[in-house]
Order: sequence, then structure tokens, then C-alpha cells
Amino acid sequence: MGKIASSSSTGGLGGWINARLPVTQFYKDHLSEYYAPKNFNFWYFFGSLALLVLVNQILTGIWLTMHYKPDAAQAFGMVEYIMRDVPWGWLIRYLHTTGASAFFIVIYFHMFRGLLYGSYKKPRELVWIIGMVIYLALMAEAFLGYVLPWGNMSYWGAKVITQLFGAVPWVGDSLVEWVRGDYLISDATLNRFFALHVVALPLAIVALVVLHIAALHTVGSNNPEGIEIKKHKDENGKPLDGIPFHPYYTVKDIFGVGMFLLIFLFIVFVKPDMGGLFLEHDNYVPANPAVTPEHIKPVWYFTPFYAMLRAVPDMQMGALIMALAIVVLFFLPWLDRSPVKSIRYRRWPFKVMLSLFAVAFVILGWLGMQGATELYKLMAQVLTAFYFFYFIWLFLYSRNEKYHEVPERIEDH
Amino acid sequence: MTDNVNKSRRTLLLSTGAVGVVGAGFAAVPFLKSWLPSERAKAAGGPVKADISKVEPGQMLNVLWRGQPVFLVNRTKQQTDVLESLNDKLKDPESESSIQPDYVNNIFRSRKDNFLVVVGICTHLGCSPKYYPDLVPQQFDAEWKGGFFCPCHSSRFDISGRVFSGSPASRNLDVPPYTFLDENTIEIGNDGEQA
Repeated sequence: MGKIASSSSTGGLGGWINARLPVTQFYKDHLSEYYAPKNFNFWYFFGSLALLVLVNQILTGIWLTMHYKPDAAQAFGMVEYIMRDVPWGWLIRYLHTTGASAFFIVIYFHMFRGLLYGSYKKPRELVWIIGMVIYLALMAEAFLGYVLPWGNMSYWGAKVITQLFGAVPWVGDSLVEWVRGDYLISDATLNRFFALHVVALPLAIVALVVLHIAALHTVGSNNPEGIEIKKHKDENGKPLDGIPFHPYYTVKDIFGVGMFLLIFLFIVFVKPDMGGLFLEHDNYVPANPAVTPEHIKPVWYFTPFYAMLRAVPDMQMGALIMALAIVVLFFLPWLDRSPVKSIRYRRWPFKVMLSLFAVAFVILGWLGMQGATELYKLMAQVLTAFYFFYFIWLFLYSRNEKYHEVPERIEDH
Repeated sequence: MTDNVNKSRRTLLLSTGAVGVVGAGFAAVPFLKSWLPSERAKAAGGPVKADISKVEPGQMLNVLWRGQPVFLVNRTKQQTDVLESLNDKLKDPESESSIQPDYVNNIFRSRKDNFLVVVGICTHLGCSPKYYPDLVPQQFDAEWKGGFFCPCHSSRFDISGRVFSGSPASRNLDVPPYTFLDENTIEIGNDGEQA
């Protein structure tokens, strides 16, 4: 938008800058004249919260690198040094470790919002796909970061995850060696993981977030009603059901930030390890290649996929199923063929199935943290099957889905 | 739009682009290859000697080779006698898809019948299995005949490192190259044949 020919000031310092770099125009396009639907609810906090957590991770991450050495002989000690000797080091590290878990909590809510209101549907397919790529990059980033403290769970987690590359036919074993840079997880592995964690992936994630927002601001935001506000505009081309992002949503999001920080900082100060969920007990023991922890499990945000991996009694198939579980999400915009976006105008079968899908995902996450007993394995198998069945069902069901009529405009409630 | 396309320019553009892509491919090689094990890592992966004179029958010695545990087990007659009878319960009783040197292609999977040498890394996801030598019922297997059990994902292996059906691991435990230098000394990582 922002079609008013030139910015308000043509003279002065502002005018001089705007003639060379359209700062005012950028501010208008993305904040003061970016029209978002007027009916955003609770679920719409999580996009801006994800941005907040990203900033937290980058800032605390930069400070952590100032005190850390990616050296297999020193890494574990450096983390202890940060915790005990560096002024405020404990806070900076806990902000970073709690931030990692907070990132996934926020992202999972953010993604579920997309499922609820059909935000992945035309014309927002690319917003969804770029978001999925961010999710993948985030998983890689979190895994690499988890290895850096060089605790025993770091070591064995790295071993298990890099071993997954061995599932690639023909070149698997050489690929594992190539990823590790040695015949085992070693100093070489730690060094490259550090480089990827602090330089390569953060650069990629920031670039992807820019693309995610650029794509979003091109097509405009979806909303809980799933109604396209661009269909009804006033004589100035401004959507009738839209309000400027700034100040309306900046103010709303600041409230969200306040609530979020209240919970986030409570965890940071009172329960930073979350009883072994956010920081696992086995990682307070230095890496030891000769001793496997009794129970290897990833941090909670990977456990749904880990449960799927373990559910299959064959490593190559298990790795494939796990990969497919993520790949299938990329295709969601085309699997859901219903013309209706929001769950509010879809009927009970969709509501029931989406609820079951969410519950299955959470239970899989719980199963991924438990030891492998026969019963749990069977449960994981059933739920993994349901996870995939949901998408098949959605594809078939949504073709001739019955739905409630969607209004033209967003009603005031 | 297509009317104005200059065909020879289009061809030049495409071929320049193609050559550029090939060039970028070559330029990527040093970056990709720099991830391979360094010369120092290769040198550190040399053979390892172990004294086995103190390993009593039924006992296991754990030595590190290339940073991975290698199990040296002095098996009793009782342990090896059951091997044949387990064949039906195994995924690959003949070790056809195993990673192992040719000289251990026998039911014992070893150079000497009693003495087992296997890499102590589960072929599923790389945990280290635990040694359960006794032929007594276990929590994970009521008909346990001695062998290895991985605590991570419950893979079970017999006393020759062969994987039981129903385990997530699909391959028998790897056998590294090794040779007996004399009665009491074993060298892991050396076939003893080229030397």
C-alpha cells in the first residue's frame, strides 16, 4: 500500500535520507500502513514472540561465544566456567537454553494456528513452505547447539543423529564419516558443529525469516475467520476489515511479550532445567565415548519424531518414516483441498480429526521420552500410522467437504 | 516477447550459464572435501594392540579402536555350543550382510573358535550394547542364551554378535580387521595379511 507519492518530508535530514534509502516508505509498508485483519486473537501472538525469541537467541548466543571454546578437551569445562566464573554467565546461558525450548513451544503454537485457520492455503502456500524450511533449519540449529556443551548426552545424541546419515543407500557409511570428519564423534565434529551453529545456520534462519515476512506482507495476513480482507476495500484501497499493524498490533503484541516474559523468566530463574526436560541430567556428565547413557533420548521438541523412528523395527525404514513425517507437512497446502480456510466454518469431522492429530503428536512426544517397552512401541506404531492417516484422510475428505457458509466480511463481535 | 529473442544470444547465454554451473561445481569440491577426516584423524585411526592373557573364559575385555569400543570375549564352550540352535531366531544367521573380514566367515564369526572380536557399537543407532554372558532368563528375553543387549532401543545380539529378529538393528555387530600377533597379543585394525 502506501501509494501517497512521496513521503511527508522532502526536506531536512529525513528528506535527504528518503531520497537515497526509502526508510519512511519501508516503515509504512510493513508497519504503519500494513493492514492486518482486525480480528486477530490469542493465537496471533506467536509470530511476534518467535521473533522475540530469535533476537534473544542471537544476543545471548553472541555473548556465550565470547566465553566458550569449541575444543573437545575444553568445551565441557568452558560451560561450567560460564556458569560459575563469568559475571552473569549463568543468566546468559539459561536465557539461551530456555530460549531454545521456548522457541519450539512458540513455533509449535504458531504452526498449529496455521492448521486451525488454514493459513497455509492459497495464496499463502509460500509463507507456509518458507516457514517449514525455517522449522527444519531450527531443528538443525537446536541439535548442533545441543552438542556444544560436550556432555555425555551431547556426545551420544550427536552419534545417534549423525548415524542416521548411514541410512542413505550405498554411500551411507562414507557420508557418516564425512559429516563427522573422523571415524568417530570427535574434536573435528565439535568444531564444525560450532561453525554451523554460530555462523551458517543463524545467517540462514535470519534470511528465511525475512523471506517469510516478505511473502506474508505480499499476500496479507490470514485471520481466525479465514476471510480475505483484501476483497473489500475502501476508495483509498485500504481493506475495510483491516487495521494498521502499528499501532494496533504492536500494542497488542507488547502485551503478549509481557505475558510471555513473565512465564519465560519464571522458568529461567526458578526451573531452568525443567526437571530434565529442557536440560537433561545426563548432560551434566562430560562426554565419554566408552559409556553409553542408560537411556538416550533427544530433547523434548524432537521426541515425536524420535518415537516414530523407534516405532519402525528397521533403521532405514525408520529414518525414512521420520523424514516423511516432516516432508508431508510441506505438501499441506495441496493436501487440504477444502475451499474453506478456518476451522470455524468446517464441520465436526475436521474438528475431531485435527484434535486427534494434535493429541497423537503430543502423545508421540511423550512416548519418545520413555524407555522402549513393547507396549510403548505398539502405541508409537499406532500413533505414527494415525499421523500419516490424518493426511490421507484430509486429502480424500476435503475434496467434497461440507462446510458452513463463510461470510463476506468480518463481523464485529 | 518471444518474438524479440535473439537465438544466438540465447544460446550464448545458456552455454555461459552451463559452464558457470560446472565451474561452481568444481569450486564446491574443496569445500565439501574439507569435511573429510584430516590426515591427523587418519593417522590416529591406526591399529591397536591388546594383551589378552588375563581374559578368563566368559570374561570380556573392552578396548578402544578409532574411538569405538571393541569387545574381546573369551567365550566358554557352553556359550558357543548354543550358537547353532539359535539360527532360526536370527535376522542374518550366516552373516551374509555383515561388515566383517572374510576370515571370520564361520559360525563363530572369529579367527579362533572361542575368541570373539566385535565392534561394541549397536548397528542400529550407535549405542554400546551391554554384555550379558549368562544363559539365564532376562527381563528382555526369557530364553536368553548369552550375548549382548542394547539398552537404548532393545536390540539383542547372540554371543557371536548376530542380531535377533525383532530388534531394531538390522545388521550383525561389525567385526573389525584383527590378527593374533602371538598367543597373548591381538592387534585390532590390522588384517595381518598385507603385513
